[in-house]
Amino acid sequence: MALRGLGRRISIGKRCFSSASEVEKRPRDGKQINLFSAINQALHIALETDSRAYVFGEDVGFGGVFRCTTGLADRFGRNRVFNTPLCEQGIAGFAIGLAAMGNRAIAEIQFADYIYPAFDQIVNEAAKFRYRSGNQFNCGGLTIRSPYGAVGHGGHYHSQSPEAFFCHVPGLKVVIPRSPQQAKGLLLACIRDPNPVVFFEPKWLYRLAVEEVPERDYMLPLSQAEVIRQGSDITLVGWGAQLSVLERACDEAAKDGISCELIDLRTLIPWDKETVEASVRKTGRLLVSHEAPVTGGFGAEISASIAERCFLRHGLQLEAPVARICGLDTPFPLVYEPFYMPTKNKVLDAIKATVNY
Amino acid sequence: MAAVRRLSLSSSAAPLRRLLILRPFSSSSADDQRVLTVETSLPFIGHKIDPPSRSVDTTPNELLSFFRDMSMMRRMEIAADSLYKAKLIRGFCHLYDGQEAVAVGMEAAITKRDAIITAYRDHCIYLGRGGSLVESFTELMGRRSGCSRGKGGSMHFYKKDSGFYGGHGIVGAQVPLGCGVAFAQKYSKDENVTFAMYGDGAANQGQLFEALNISALWDLPVILVCENNHYGMGTAEWRAAKSPAYYKRGDYVPGLKVDGMDAFAVKQACKFAKDYALKNGPLVLVQSYDFFEHYKMVLILEMDTYRYHGHSMSDPGSTYRTRDEISGVRQERDPIERIRKLILSHELATAAELKDIEKVVRKEVDEAIAQAKETPMPDPSELFTNVYVKGFGVEAFGADRKEVKAFLP
Repeated sequence: MALRGLGRRISIGKRCFSSASEVEKRPRDGKQINLFSAINQALHIALETDSRAYVFGEDVGFGGVFRCTTGLADRFGRNRVFNTPLCEQGIAGFAIGLAAMGNRAIAEIQFADYIYPAFDQIVNEAAKFRYRSGNQFNCGGLTIRSPYGAVGHGGHYHSQSPEAFFCHVPGLKVVIPRSPQQAKGLLLACIRDPNPVVFFEPKWLYRLAVEEVPERDYMLPLSQAEVIRQGSDITLVGWGAQLSVLERACDEAAKDGISCELIDLRTLIPWDKETVEASVRKTGRLLVSHEAPVTGGFGAEISASIAERCFLRHGLQLEAPVARICGLDTPFPLVYEPFYMPTKNKVLDAIKATVNY
Repeated sequence: MAAVRRLSLSSSAAPLRRLLILRPFSSSSADDQRVLTVETSLPFIGHKIDPPSRSVDTTPNELLSFFRDMSMMRRMEIAADSLYKAKLIRGFCHLYDGQEAVAVGMEAAITKRDAIITAYRDHCIYLGRGGSLVESFTELMGRRSGCSRGKGGSMHFYKKDSGFYGGHGIVGAQVPLGCGVAFAQKYSKDENVTFAMYGDGAANQGQLFEALNISALWDLPVILVCENNHYGMGTAEWRAAKSPAYYKRGDYVPGLKVDGMDAFAVKQACKFAKDYALKNGPLVLVQSYDFFEHYKMVLILEMDTYRYHGHSMSDPGSTYRTRDEISGVRQERDPIERIRKLILSHELATAAELKDIEKVVRKEVDEAIAQAKETPMPDPSELFTNVYVKGFGVEAFGADRKEVKAFLP
């Protein structure tokens, strides 16, 4: 994109889209808040800074089932924050149309498990709009936010991780935050990004993750992975709630003298191949972990791309096959959830197996 | 005895004791079969159809069985509430108390060869279809002998041998499925119908209208039943629907508005609907509507009902409606109380006898829960079963693709 070529510069105009942002290294001010509060703050800021931003979805008016939208309707009015009937396909289509008229449409799909009726709209209408109209039209102002992932007792239809389906669609961006501070910055970046974005929020972390989050307006860069832990023996890649599992596995592995490098992918498409590649060149080993079922999960794409890039070059090579620790190839189960999930011990086993390959 | 057979939803109480409790008035079978006529509380309202009469024939047996079945359902839902709070039931649990009349009235009008398909508020429909209390509680608690082998949970109760097609989590998705079931019934010409149930929230789903169009076009023997409890989770109907007259939403498909808190109104409407759906010739009423080229078989029933609990166990149910409203409905329109009054006014049993029935029901529910608590969890290998057809030989991978490989059973 032209803007990217100009380098990273901060440009948050009142209504202009921004694909550049400031990089947050450490928050300098802020309160300890949880994930849904961070998202709430981001939405407040988004609506405040752009008078043509709208938030809508099922039950968002009273604050939403996860309280991400509290206070928005009271503050900005029911003309900008409103409930929709129970119709995901309708919500998505409506959001695309609204965005096509130059507005910022922030639609909520109540649970990612319910996103499938909207799948046609997102894949066929949203992702291809700019392309098929020869850049006459676009729905860049579209952001779809949806809680995803396991929650401990969600069962088949309140726990799914459908990110892989959307990663297969050129024209869309898929972004998944790992923590409150990340979520606020990434969500604001998504809302202001001139492309349609699907933003999955790890519902397990809504209350559980608490972090110091700056109160001001800030954005985090999209398509930039973050190395959150330096290491030399193996690279671990993940996103969302899975990162805390990976982090604990890294700690355990460190006790066995294995130094793990941990990368949060943050944006799944377009994903930051360079960062992951650089890391794997350093460590020679890769492990990818996600909650979604292993076959056809996004880990497969990462695995194939890295194998392609790092197989054997200039003396550096992959020392072991890429390991994928993911959900099992079954529907997300009810009572079997502990067996299904890619737990810390499964990851630890794989780290050791890969390092000792 | 027909009475005992109909009333045995679990097998714990001694038959003799039950017999005595349920037949206090007379031991003459002639009396049990005498026909009583009751009036429904409200008239039916038809959309492009002449509504049925308000007078419903019934028998003392039926009245008592309505009372017992509804008390059983009510008791089960209240018990599920406590079990959920005790964390014996996990996940999502959507309770049906307040709406029992729809389940019970519908069953009275149809056979087990007719099919019912519904959404996630399915515990009582399952009981009505002949499911047992033990199977319900074991499924809710995720144990191995549950109706879906512990793999479905609260939202996925099924009973194939009684034509109960579940139990669905995705809102509105069950309606096209129900129309498909009806298509199969039409093909096999076995004079059965399908009742596809959904709620007022689901009434705004696009797939419902797709299914409606197809059913009307192909004359499928399906009856769409909208259980309108006036709230789609926390959203009142008037805020979700431009036209909350759900019985009219079919437009070219006739509809009937029914008082869903009156088991007899439900029974009458379902009987009427089933007959309508199976009619093989033009209906008399078609003559008044010239624009029908041929008779339409699909029908929409809107059951005006009410749930006392919130949408699910995570919803207190009082943030979007007042407690006065809830207690008002409980006082004025409670389905069990209505039947109790009917029984007492027809002197089919005394108040004390009815209380005894409730006690027996409570005991049966408690015993079922105790039995369910003892049941073990499913074997971990069941995690992999039934992903595909057995023996299809599909490879599945465990946590680490290289470490654990299994062939799905």
